[in-house]
Amino acid sequence: MAQISADNHGLRLAVRYLVLILIALIFVFPLVFMMMSSLKPDQQLLADTSSLRAFLPVGDISLDNYRDAFARAPVAIFVMNSVIVTGTTVLLSLFICSLAAFSFVFLRWRGRALLLGIIVATFIIPFETIAIPLLLMVSQLPWIGLDGIEIGWLNTYRVQIIPWIADGLTVFLFVQFFKDLPGELIEASRVEGASWWQIYLKVVMPLSGPVLATAAILKFLIMYNQYLWPLIVVQQESVRPVMVGLGYFFQLNTAWGEVMAYLTVITLPVLAFYLVLQRAFIASIASTGVKG
Amino acid sequence: MASKLTQSNGAGWAFALPGFGLIAIFIVLPFFFAFALSLTNQRLISPNPTEFVGFENYRDLMGLAVITLEPERDADGNAIRDEDGEIAYPRVRTITRSDDFPEYRGMREWFRWQSGENARVVIAADVVFMKALRNTLLFVLVVAPVQATIALGLALLINQKIRGINIFRTIYFMPVVVSIVVVSLLWRFIYDGSDGLLNNILAGLTFGLFEPRDWLGETSTALGAIMAMSVWQGVGFHMVIWLSGLQTISPTLYEAAEIEGANKRQIFRYVTWPGLRNTAVLVLIVITMQAFALFAQVDVMTQGGPLDSTQSLVFQTVDRGYRKQDISGGSVISVVLFLIVLCISLLQRWLTRDR
Amino acid sequence: MRHATLAGLLLAGTALGTAAAAQTEVSLWYHGAGNRGEAETLDRIVTDFNAAQGDWTIVVESFPQASYNDSVVAAALAGNLPCVIDVDGPVMPNWAWSGYMQPLPIDEARIADFLPGTKGYWDGQLYSIGLWDAAVALVTRESTLETLGLRRPTLDAPWTGEEFMAALEAAQASGEYDYALDLGMAWTGEWYPYAFSPLLQSFGGDIVDRSSYQTAEGALNSDAAIEFGEWWQSLFADGLAPGTSQDPADRDSGFNEGRYAFAWNGNWAATATLAAVEDAVFLPAPDFGNGNIIGAASWQFGVSATCAHPEGAAAFIEFALNDEYLAAFSDTTGLIPATPSAAALTENYREGGALEVFFELSNQQALVRPVSPGYVVAAKVFEKALSDIANGADVADALDAAVDEIDSDIERNGGYGH
Repeated sequence: MAQISADNHGLRLAVRYLVLILIALIFVFPLVFMMMSSLKPDQQLLADTSSLRAFLPVGDISLDNYRDAFARAPVAIFVMNSVIVTGTTVLLSLFICSLAAFSFVFLRWRGRALLLGIIVATFIIPFETIAIPLLLMVSQLPWIGLDGIEIGWLNTYRVQIIPWIADGLTVFLFVQFFKDLPGELIEASRVEGASWWQIYLKVVMPLSGPVLATAAILKFLIMYNQYLWPLIVVQQESVRPVMVGLGYFFQLNTAWGEVMAYLTVITLPVLAFYLVLQRAFIASIASTGVKG
Repeated sequence: MASKLTQSNGAGWAFALPGFGLIAIFIVLPFFFAFALSLTNQRLISPNPTEFVGFENYRDLMGLAVITLEPERDADGNAIRDEDGEIAYPRVRTITRSDDFPEYRGMREWFRWQSGENARVVIAADVVFMKALRNTLLFVLVVAPVQATIALGLALLINQKIRGINIFRTIYFMPVVVSIVVVSLLWRFIYDGSDGLLNNILAGLTFGLFEPRDWLGETSTALGAIMAMSVWQGVGFHMVIWLSGLQTISPTLYEAAEIEGANKRQIFRYVTWPGLRNTAVLVLIVITMQAFALFAQVDVMTQGGPLDSTQSLVFQTVDRGYRKQDISGGSVISVVLFLIVLCISLLQRWLTRDR
Repeated sequence: MRHATLAGLLLAGTALGTAAAAQTEVSLWYHGAGNRGEAETLDRIVTDFNAAQGDWTIVVESFPQASYNDSVVAAALAGNLPCVIDVDGPVMPNWAWSGYMQPLPIDEARIADFLPGTKGYWDGQLYSIGLWDAAVALVTRESTLETLGLRRPTLDAPWTGEEFMAALEAAQASGEYDYALDLGMAWTGEWYPYAFSPLLQSFGGDIVDRSSYQTAEGALNSDAAIEFGEWWQSLFADGLAPGTSQDPADRDSGFNEGRYAFAWNGNWAATATLAAVEDAVFLPAPDFGNGNIIGAASWQFGVSATCAHPEGAAAFIEFALNDEYLAAFSDTTGLIPATPSAAALTENYREGGALEVFFELSNQQALVRPVSPGYVVAAKVFEKALSDIANGADVADALDAAVDEIDSDIERNGGYGH
């Protein structure tokens, strides 16, 4: 009897893995195609697209495409710009949006419902629809820098960062999560004389691992993949981000191998960011002792 | 009902203000600007002065009419039929371009149906907009539930404790980390009509019985192809949201259910699902918003074609506002889109309200 | 000795420093980011110019071509244009009319021998000048003509519409090719009006009525245009040409790999074709009744309206018009140098050069796209109409819709200043 159930268990486990692996194949194949293609010369790359060879590192394999891609465009500058803009925005966004959500959920104040309503409504505005008015605005905004006051935000990091810090979706994400936190905890801290700031920092934030990770990933993806906005507010290579840089590779007789190499290079930071966050994410869940 | 302890006007404003202020300046204000533009004849670039035109742009967008076409008749008064036996009608352009019907000037056929011997034709002032509206709604109606369901299924699947599950979590999430523009570029190779991967795989699986299709080049498959790719790309993100919801459900509830002898379906129905309420609201709203914003896939893969079968509202906003320099026309569509989505999200919130 | 060298270096450094400080910076935007050959050629001209005089320093900023126009329009809106911009010929009237460009202050005698397509006029004034022009040819192989037994068309005796269709059908019937003709449907954007509106003109239609530029009625939906549309649709319905879903990679390499019998392609792609196909030949456009016509005008240089130093901008543009540089650009891009004297200096366009034929193709067949600020919009509308017709839309309805859209745009722009 025990023998049979053990076998049965082994079989079920095998089936589970089989299902997991089959699904994994569906999700991973275009990315494998991208990475494998980045190693092949164009002619072979295109010929391989029609067969399973597209997913295998076969034929004439080399890193030439990477060398050529770095020669064609200042790839390192683009990646650095994107990482700076994205990293700064994510950090500021997590702080400012969670602070606002904290206020909406835990504090009671006049005008709260109206403000939350407006904020939530804003996240249904597609960015494309406000890009031009926003462009006209930021080109006239003042900024106090080291050299005194200057007018116009174009061709800077700040123009790529500041308008994107706060958004309705991130606030909403935090609001939905905070609603599930035990309110007694906050009341108790309040009774003990903690300030709101202390409660935010010492009570709520430590419990917010999962939502911080989710919000960070969402914001990271939005920021890293920016295209339209930097296209219209940035006219200098020195502050240009990765997605605008992609345009460098679409020339006459597009070198698809270089395109694939560039795509692989710009995808790596996102993947790395996710892997790091996932660890933190899982750790934060493990600490609350949730059952699998 | 708020307790004295939590009544705090000063701190409340202070905490909310940075976020709200930024949103007000960089989203709300430009949106009002866009709304104002939609009431003018403003061009993207032009030396002509801007004029206020009221709701004329909206009328130009929404204009609809139904006209009736009578069959062409022979001398005996019988309807003339072509070789397939179909009744021959005069062309719509004989009405829309005729000086006898100035009210239909510039309108085009959207669709028609048969009514007795007559044909009833719905003509629209802006057929492309109508098609974009229809496609966008269809896209949302298909993608939102399908993506949410598959994401939940995946979340349940990877919410188990077996060795190496983290690897699968990462892999399922991978398409999300790749920009939708990049994904669209890659899938163009997959959907290619002559020697694309999809055609070859399907041919292989059916031992050559499958006829290759031009997935993005045929009106019947183009939107579906974009939907499938969009679900594929976005599902990992919602899987993660579902997963974080699943993991906030207290393990003691599961233990209690097991002690009471509940089966898997009952556990899902009475423990898991109720615990996912806030998550479900979030997932549904986020997916709906994202689906309404359909743009990059269309821009990279089809440019709205073939025959407008993949036009979307945001694509039209960009196409008009930027490429055709009609910023007021683009703004009108944005405002219409905003109102539609606002209604839907209010409806969603009402349906999922705390009862 | 060491000290002397160091002092010398310091001196030289100071000298350079003061020289640079005395020069005024003039900014220039170029559409060629990512194109190494073009960037190097432009850099060479800029370096030469900066060294050759002491008043101006040109500073180049490059943009990817696909988004270049969007960048310029956005910068114009934000009041952030550079001094020298490069502009696609047919787009120039739009920017000039909008007030973003100023007339080019150079002596017209200087450009007397330039190809007509390189000169950008709007409202009777010169706004832009190109260092090169582009041309389109019907590309095939000598061997294809022989095998299919086809007469070789010439500029004086081009193929008629019937001959052209017979050639395509013969190629299709031979079973040697995936498609008889590659039109380049994968190249969405300006390629459509540039490459295909001349075919419409050869049928007797046009994008707009050029007598007034106030309407497209009677031009884009005339009987001739409908005839063009029916013909256009038949190319795809009969499987003679790949349609709008063509893979860009197929466009780039399909003809060279022998999968298409004929290709309708620009001379910028000709050097690659010659490298891959030994017996490639470049034929004139077929004549559908109103002459054999191809498009004209490529990228050109002009001066923005907000430029504080138009004389510096003009000095640079004039400097760049030297035959030496025209030839250098032609050698890197394969495009036609603007003057015959520059052509003599090039590898491909000198007498006996591989692409010499294009010089005459351009000279004898070229017709500029409608010179109107409204062209930018009309071009988009035209592109959509051709895509729709290729995908099976009713020809007359599609052209009517295009006419309505173009007319309403012209009306909403107060006639575009014509």
